[in-house]
Amino acid sequence: MEIDARGVHYRDLNKMIREAVAEGERRFVLKNVNGQRYIADGIGEKVKIDVYGTPGQDMGAFMKGPEIIVHGNAQDGVGNTMDEGRVAVEGMAGDIVGYGMRGGSIYVLGDVGYRVGIHMKAYRDKIPVIVVGGKAGDFLGEYMAGGVIILLGMFGEDRNGNPPAGHFLGTGMHGGTIFVRKGVDEHRLGRGLKAVEVSPDDMETIKPYLKEFARTFGLGLKEILGERFYKIVPETHRPYGNMYAY
Amino acid sequence: MGSWDYQKDISGCGLSGLINKKGERVSGELIARSIATQHDRGNGLGGGFAAYGIYPEFKDHYALHVMCDDRRALAEAEKFLKDSVYVTHEERIPTRPNRKIINVPILKRYFVKPRAETEGTTFDKGLSEDDFMVQVVMRVNMDIAGAFVFSSGKNMGAFKGVGYPEDIADFYRLDEYSGYLWTAHNRFPTNTPGWWGGAHPFTILDWSIVHNGEISSYGINKRYLEMFGYHCTLLTDTEVVAYLLDLLVRKNGLPIDLACLALAPPFWEEIDRMDEGRQRLCRAVRMVYGSALLNGPFAVLFAHNGGLVGLNDRIKLRPLVAATKNDTVYMASEESAIREICPDPDRVWAPKAGEPVIAELENRDGGCYGD
Repeated sequence: MEIDARGVHYRDLNKMIREAVAEGERRFVLKNVNGQRYIADGIGEKVKIDVYGTPGQDMGAFMKGPEIIVHGNAQDGVGNTMDEGRVAVEGMAGDIVGYGMRGGSIYVLGDVGYRVGIHMKAYRDKIPVIVVGGKAGDFLGEYMAGGVIILLGMFGEDRNGNPPAGHFLGTGMHGGTIFVRKGVDEHRLGRGLKAVEVSPDDMETIKPYLKEFARTFGLGLKEILGERFYKIVPETHRPYGNMYAY
Repeated sequence: MGSWDYQKDISGCGLSGLINKKGERVSGELIARSIATQHDRGNGLGGGFAAYGIYPEFKDHYALHVMCDDRRALAEAEKFLKDSVYVTHEERIPTRPNRKIINVPILKRYFVKPRAETEGTTFDKGLSEDDFMVQVVMRVNMDIAGAFVFSSGKNMGAFKGVGYPEDIADFYRLDEYSGYLWTAHNRFPTNTPGWWGGAHPFTILDWSIVHNGEISSYGINKRYLEMFGYHCTLLTDTEVVAYLLDLLVRKNGLPIDLACLALAPPFWEEIDRMDEGRQRLCRAVRMVYGSALLNGPFAVLFAHNGGLVGLNDRIKLRPLVAATKNDTVYMASEESAIREICPDPDRVWAPKAGEPVIAELENRDGGCYGD
């Protein structure tokens, strides 16, 4: 089903999609999207949606199954609290990508904004994954409780030598893992965190995600793997355990 | 509070702005379309615009936009103005009926020049023209109940009120104006009432501010400004930003980037890692202008006759996106607001926290700026 979204209010657009899904439609192409919020939110079916244009806030929030490909940039709140499914953004994405995400995967080719992966969490086999091809703003993985964030720092706007991660990386993090290609300066880390070189086992863990990233955007895996990766983890299971108990 | 006793609500605001650096003017229809894309960021309790280059026929006059609750307030304000300044031209601000814009105050504009002689008046002696006009604005806003000067710059004007911005634009007939620099605001009042004076932009002289967020340091900023004769009368935090810029840039002569550094300085930890020269500068700015620091979440666009600046708080708690296309620079809360009027920008980026995006008019004496 192809929808021309030009000038269509988000409520009407999402209603159209939802009704079509209920009638069995599984394939959508949205043209001329510009700022419409909440695209594919809460949808539980395995639908595929191609988005042309700039989708608005909270795209893919609470969704459990859809695959969304954005042929352009996305705004803030992509995959907010998403449960299952896959998002690929061929441009950049805004702040709080993967906010409270609990499953599924998000691939962004370019840069992302601030507080990406804030409060991600994992449970048993539900492991949310965010792979960022460009650089990230401050507070990446803030309050992170589980899941995987991989930061490549390679394919964004800024191809200069600037660090891939912003400041306050992983502030309040107490679970999950952040992988950063080429590493990160100690002073950018939040308190109670450490950055260590990855083990061969770690590489086996993230390789499938990197492969998927390369396949999604038609890139060579070799270049991506051409540098060392470092992982950022909390030093202890409860870094803030004594904060309020003196 | 009378007819302005609207309900309080929760959420965010929307911003949009554009400047043509060559000074070429565009219709207000463009910015209205841009901000309307962000309709759902507001709730109809405030919309407004600032436009630059719109009064070439009165470019040497201060254009005072005045809103009055009633005829008494208007009569009092007019008497005060006519005693204090030379009024070259006055008229109702042209409006068009819009069924969504209600409880409209009396809206007038006056193109004025300061009186050369302040002897025998209660104004301070030896004021510059700009300082004199600041005092005029403060006096009206403080002393005349129900009357507010909401715009006071040269060759620019603010247009604002209670309503969604697209309706405010229609109401003020902004499609009939053309300017080289426009900003727009869609309000979702959170902590202060949604009334005509509380809509953005906030202005003083040619400074205008539109703001998304909240200035938690309002109390400190307000008391600091009072020491220099600025009085906050519009019941909203954003007002302090306009006066701070006037103080820092016009009065104290700071370049724009240093003024931004004072408003959103780096953290002390970051300063510790800078080279020595930069450290000294940042420490000096933080110490001298500690009371000008804006705390809390914000994205602001501020404009003046010479340019447009976008600035975020130090940890980017509100969104801001910028783009360029040829000679035009765009800034907005959401990229879609830019793409609505510029579908194919040369470059799009998300400015970093605390790092201003400064777009200046290339030739302030030429083009449409001067004439």
